[in-house]
Formats: sequence, C-alpha cells, structure tokens
Amino acid sequence: MIRYLLPLGLFIGLVIIFIYGLQHDPRHVPSPLIDKPAPTFILPTLRSPDINIQLEDLKGKVSLINVWASWCVACRTEHPLLVEATSNNNDLNLYGLNYKDKRDDALQWLQQLGNPYIESAFDESGSIGIDYGVYGVPETFVLDKNGIIRYKHIGPINKHQLDTIILPLVKELESQSS
Amino acid sequence: MKMLLRLALIPFIFFLSNSAYANDEPVQFSNKHQEQRFYDLIEEIRCLVCQNQSLADSNAPLAQDLREEVYQMIISEKQDEYIMQFLVERYGDFVLYRPPLKQDTWLLWFGPFLLLIIAIVIAIILVKKQSNSSTINNNISEEEQQRLTKILNEDSNKGEQ
Repeated sequence: MIRYLLPLGLFIGLVIIFIYGLQHDPRHVPSPLIDKPAPTFILPTLRSPDINIQLEDLKGKVSLINVWASWCVACRTEHPLLVEATSNNNDLNLYGLNYKDKRDDALQWLQQLGNPYIESAFDESGSIGIDYGVYGVPETFVLDKNGIIRYKHIGPINKHQLDTIILPLVKELESQSS
Repeated sequence: MKMLLRLALIPFIFFLSNSAYANDEPVQFSNKHQEQRFYDLIEEIRCLVCQNQSLADSNAPLAQDLREEVYQMIISEKQDEYIMQFLVERYGDFVLYRPPLKQDTWLLWFGPFLLLIIAIVIAIILVKKQSNSSTINNNISEEEQQRLTKILNEDSNKGEQ
C-alpha cells in the first residue's frame, strides 16, 4: 500500500509547494524599512526649484508617498486610481516622489493626467530613491503619524489592493495617537 | 571552417561586453587596492531590477546608480562592511549574493543538507527492505524446492538441445 501512497503523497506535496511558489512574486522583495523611521529628505518640490519639501512636513498625519516618473509606463496605469482615490477621500494625504525625471516632462504629465498629490518632491538624481530602497517604480509607502514606514507596495496599485489593504491601513493608523 | 571561425570569435564577445561597462562609466581610483575592492564588491551585490545579474553585469539604470554609490563610498574610504550595511539597510539581505546565516535564512543554508539526509534515509530503508524481501524468498518449502529444481533442469536441458 505504502508503495503507491508514498509517490502520490510526494506528488501532492510537490504540487502544494509549486502552488505556493507560483503565488509569490520573486520581484517582490520584502523591504527592510518596514516599521522603521522613513529616511529623512529635503528636496525641491516639483512645481518650483525654490520651494523645498522635507519629511518633517509629512509628520503629524498619516501619509502616502507614491514614487512615480513620467517615463514609467506602469505609473500611467496606476495614475487614474490615485486621482480617483484622492478626489473621493479628502483626508488621504498623498505625496509624490518624482523619481529620476525631467521637471518639464513631469509637470506636463500631471497637467495632462491630473495631479493627485499634495506635493511632489523632485528627486532628479534618484538618491532619495536609493535611501527608500526604490527599485521598481511605481512604489507606494504608507507612513504613520510619526513618520514610521508601515507598508510598502511595489508596482502599480490596483483598485482591489487600494480598497482592501491600503485604505483600511490608513484608517487604522489614523485612529492611533501620535 | 566558417563554424570554427565563429566559435573562435565567441571569447571576444565576452571580452567586449566586459570592457563595454568600463567605457560606460569611467571610474578612477587612487590606487589598485581600491579598484580591486570596487570590482569585487559589485560582483557580490545583486541588481534588484534584473535579479539574476550582479551590479557589475547589469545595465539597468538603478544598477548604474548603485555602482556610482559604491564608487563614491570607496573613494571616500568607507569599509566594505559599511558599504554592504548601507545597501542591506535599504534593499534587505536580498542584495547580497551570499546571504548571512540567521533565522530567516536557515532553510536556505541547510535545506539542501536536510534533503540529502532525507534522501540517504530513504535509500537505506529501501535497500534494507530489498534485502529483507530476498531472504524471505529463500524460505521455500521442500515441495517448492523440488519443483524449482525440476523446472531449472528442464530449462537447462532445452538449452542443450
């Protein structure tokens, strides 16, 4: 009996491992920054090189940092959802980190597709991107009131992920006292 | 002949691809030791965009930036440990081709040995079973033994005809 059951058992075991493996995107690398203070930055804003934005400006409220660029095709897919989310939800503090882009291109992009961001920081060299461990734009970070990174999403967010993961997390973090 | 010529060209392709990188971003070091460290380090660090390539191999923009970052840290006299730490803090252990031994990576390091041990145990069990079953077959009754001898004799007689 065991002669027949053993290979069958092994086979089922393998199938389970494969299914488990297929559900894990190898491009999704867990970030070591989760539950750590967000790296500090002072960057010029996208709209004007003379106005700076820094991490301190985001603290006190739960905020989202969305890393985007006009050259990023997946950002274009994600963008309408961000526009919709911020217009439906005035409490959503969405900031942009414009990553390795050209200022004119980025501004034009926002003009054409709408600007969901309270402010976009202009990271021309990508050095702040490196501090945030950015490797595939778009990426989205959820920061709590104290500026601790609570969640990182790699790749474009879809509606389902926004409704089931990100918005509930924002709500939960908002209820916490800073 | 043509084939042979093509084959002979293959090493040059590799040679070209290696030197292409050096031409892309001219890097200058104050001494040979720094240069060696730079090239050793970027071989040890994984590019996160094209995950099966090292920083040295990859042409992804992020890899270029990270090479620049490593370069800057080397010429500002940072230690290898500092540079590795810098990258791990941002991208996690995944950037290292040789992950550190800790609880998370236990299975990664010892999994293969575990499988080997399981395989050896299974092999031993199977071999033992085989030898057990062959001894059982030897315990045949007197009557069966006679039949066996008869059949064997018949066969050998046939063979001689």
